[in-house]
Amino acid sequence: MTPTVPDPHPEERPVLRPLQRTGWGFRLLVAALLAVIAAGAYAYVTQLRLGLGVTGLNNRVTWGIYITNFVFFIGVSHAGTLISAILRVTGAEWRRPITRMAEAITVFALMVGAPMVLIDMGRPERILSVFRYGRLQSPILWDVISITTYLTGSLLYLYLPLIPDMALLRDRLTEVPRWKRALYRALAAGWRGTPRQHAALERGISAMAIVIIPVAISVHTVVSWIFGMTLRAGWHSTIFGPYFVIGAIFSGIAAIITAMGAFRWVYGLGGFLTDRHFRNLGYLLLTFNLLYMYFTISEYLTIAYGAEVKDTTLVHALFYGAFSHVFWVMLIIGLVLPAVLTLIPHLAPIDLLRRVPALRPIPLGVGAAILGGVGATLHVRGVAYVNTTLGVHHDVVLVAAGVLGAAAFLALLPVLKQRPVASIVLASLLVNAGMWLKRYIIVVPSMALPITPTEWATYQPTWVEWSITAGAFATFILLYALFAKIFPLISLWEVREAKVPEPAPGARAQEVVA
Amino acid sequence: MGLTRRSFLKILAAGTAAAAAPLAGGGLVRRFRIRPGSPNLPAFVASRETPGTVVHLSGLPNSGGDVAVAYAAEPNTRTGPGEAGRRWVMVIDLARCDGCRECTRACTAMHFVPPGQEWIRVYEMKDHEEAAPYWFPRPCMQCDNAPCVKVCPVSAAWKREDGIVMQDTSRCIGCRFCIAACPYGARSFNWVEPPHTPEELAKPDDIEWNFRHRKGTTEKCIFCPGLIKQGKLPACADACPMGAIYFGDQVEDAVTNSQGETVRFSELIKENAGYRSLEELGTEPRVYYLPPRKRIYPAPPAEPEPATMGGHR
Repeated sequence: MTPTVPDPHPEERPVLRPLQRTGWGFRLLVAALLAVIAAGAYAYVTQLRLGLGVTGLNNRVTWGIYITNFVFFIGVSHAGTLISAILRVTGAEWRRPITRMAEAITVFALMVGAPMVLIDMGRPERILSVFRYGRLQSPILWDVISITTYLTGSLLYLYLPLIPDMALLRDRLTEVPRWKRALYRALAAGWRGTPRQHAALERGISAMAIVIIPVAISVHTVVSWIFGMTLRAGWHSTIFGPYFVIGAIFSGIAAIITAMGAFRWVYGLGGFLTDRHFRNLGYLLLTFNLLYMYFTISEYLTIAYGAEVKDTTLVHALFYGAFSHVFWVMLIIGLVLPAVLTLIPHLAPIDLLRRVPALRPIPLGVGAAILGGVGATLHVRGVAYVNTTLGVHHDVVLVAAGVLGAAAFLALLPVLKQRPVASIVLASLLVNAGMWLKRYIIVVPSMALPITPTEWATYQPTWVEWSITAGAFATFILLYALFAKIFPLISLWEVREAKVPEPAPGARAQEVVA
Repeated sequence: MGLTRRSFLKILAAGTAAAAAPLAGGGLVRRFRIRPGSPNLPAFVASRETPGTVVHLSGLPNSGGDVAVAYAAEPNTRTGPGEAGRRWVMVIDLARCDGCRECTRACTAMHFVPPGQEWIRVYEMKDHEEAAPYWFPRPCMQCDNAPCVKVCPVSAAWKREDGIVMQDTSRCIGCRFCIAACPYGARSFNWVEPPHTPEELAKPDDIEWNFRHRKGTTEKCIFCPGLIKQGKLPACADACPMGAIYFGDQVEDAVTNSQGETVRFSELIKENAGYRSLEELGTEPRVYYLPPRKRIYPAPPAEPEPATMGGHR
């Protein structure tokens, strides 16, 4: 983009701008993320020094939020490569601007997710024993093999379509720092765009796209088998493989949409990431939402109907026992609300909500103020009051808070209907949160279950675990943010190659997912 | 060896019975002392001293198919496959257990078990609403089809030919998959650096005694192979004031308790409807239980609220 030469592709400027200059916003973000990562590192050093005793884990609940994070990030990693590969293989033309972002998510999610197991280990310094003494009978070995294969394949699959763009940047970004130019030159690998090179690249990408699909499916299948191969209630289930794969793709799509929403907003990539992309991915999200609901109902109905003692104990704990709040929050924010939000443009009666006076900002605000006051009073007066006569009121406050929350959501719906992209991004954020909780619900209750006839075990994550978890999420965001500063988020050569005409605004989506 | 297991046991049983007559003891359990005048001497010690009674197991099919031998494919060189020809077995008579937890204390003292762990844990059990509560000591079941051995990624847990599921804390990577896999909750983890007492540090670091506990590794009951070598019962069996814990060699078909009572294992199980915990899971435990029928001791007090967890058997 030298000023003297006229720019043949002015529409690509928003994609290239982040690679050329760095603003204060980015520096602040990196500083904040580094601070969170530093806190996580401090927590991990504490854990290394004193042992896993600094966590809330115990001899009964021996796996907690580290393993939850592991399953979550491995799930998110499905986003990318798998979805990008499926869209490539099926020739869905609209995929072109989103594949790069999707593939990058996979790589970073694996880079953050796989070490979570290391953090969970009591003896991380013995990790090489897994290779030295490894037993193929252990599902952990299956995971090691499968995840390393997936990471290698995903890196390759991310890199191959990068080559022409690297050459493009090598030739075009002449005013960037020396190290960046050297990087682009090295990664371009002598790409000159000859027909022979093009043919070889296309062949490589097609082969990788096909190979990576079974690898991706195997990854989350063997992750599920870590649980499925044990004899525990809630884990020992034959549908666990497909259940996890569907859940992974579901949360993966949500992760892509979230990233797309963030980058479209921050870098102004609306020209590439159009409403159509969000709409199509929204339909994909809804499809997997329904599939996941189907699996969830199959799983719990089967074990609840059979009513074996341990299964029943587990189901009771989830539905109205110790884990019920996490369970219902997961179901509502992870499945129900996202389904509503992705369907919003098609829900005509939503506009009627505007006419309900109680859903206007003023009555809602007054209600919130009253509720806050009552809640604060109860809180100040202390536990003694709550335990006696006011105990009833305490429940009333909780119910009222729930009603108010539902009302606020209803009031938000007509607003969101005007902003379909925002509502799909919101749905994706909720799915991400819900799927994290779902993984927690999978990992912890089955371990807390009374296996020998003793009481339920308890597990309360400590600051160490939360700090490390926050650090993991910050690392993921940091890796992605740095990637966005060095590599173009949109696969420019693929977009140029296609130049798919954008349908007129307002045109309904007949072209659902290919 | 052309001898089937059944015919072998028959010969062995006939020989033992002849040598041990006359039979003593009452009730359903027939008891006899293999060597009168030397109480606390387990049966397997006598057979060690009488050449010809030790049989190598490798030629015999064992009760749980041939899984045990298959799992021993990677024996740890520090201990080998265990005592040849033995199949250690434990029988716990729930009718006799009064919940005093002497077994737990003896085990903890002998192995310097770190705080927060109980390698043999005494649970208060109640099988269903109408049932009376009873005490249930739970050591490691030393399963022949051990879920912990299956899932261990580095062979830190392995099955010896003598039936013991061993645990190597110098190999364990601390992934705790074995704890997740064990349906009996028999495994514990060293969450922090275990307190090392001078007494423990004075002992040699020996995998068969489970000394030298290590931070970040899993441990459990291993049937005290160190004591067995010395001709003693495991610490828990030896310490039980009720003689509720029998220990011995299944091949020899004789088990002994702290009272010096040696009984024929197969008859003890047959005549008292012996069972194994969570039999339906197919783990093939090496610990047998005699039902808490006609408890000699009154049922334990009902505090704290006993967990109702039906179908534990």
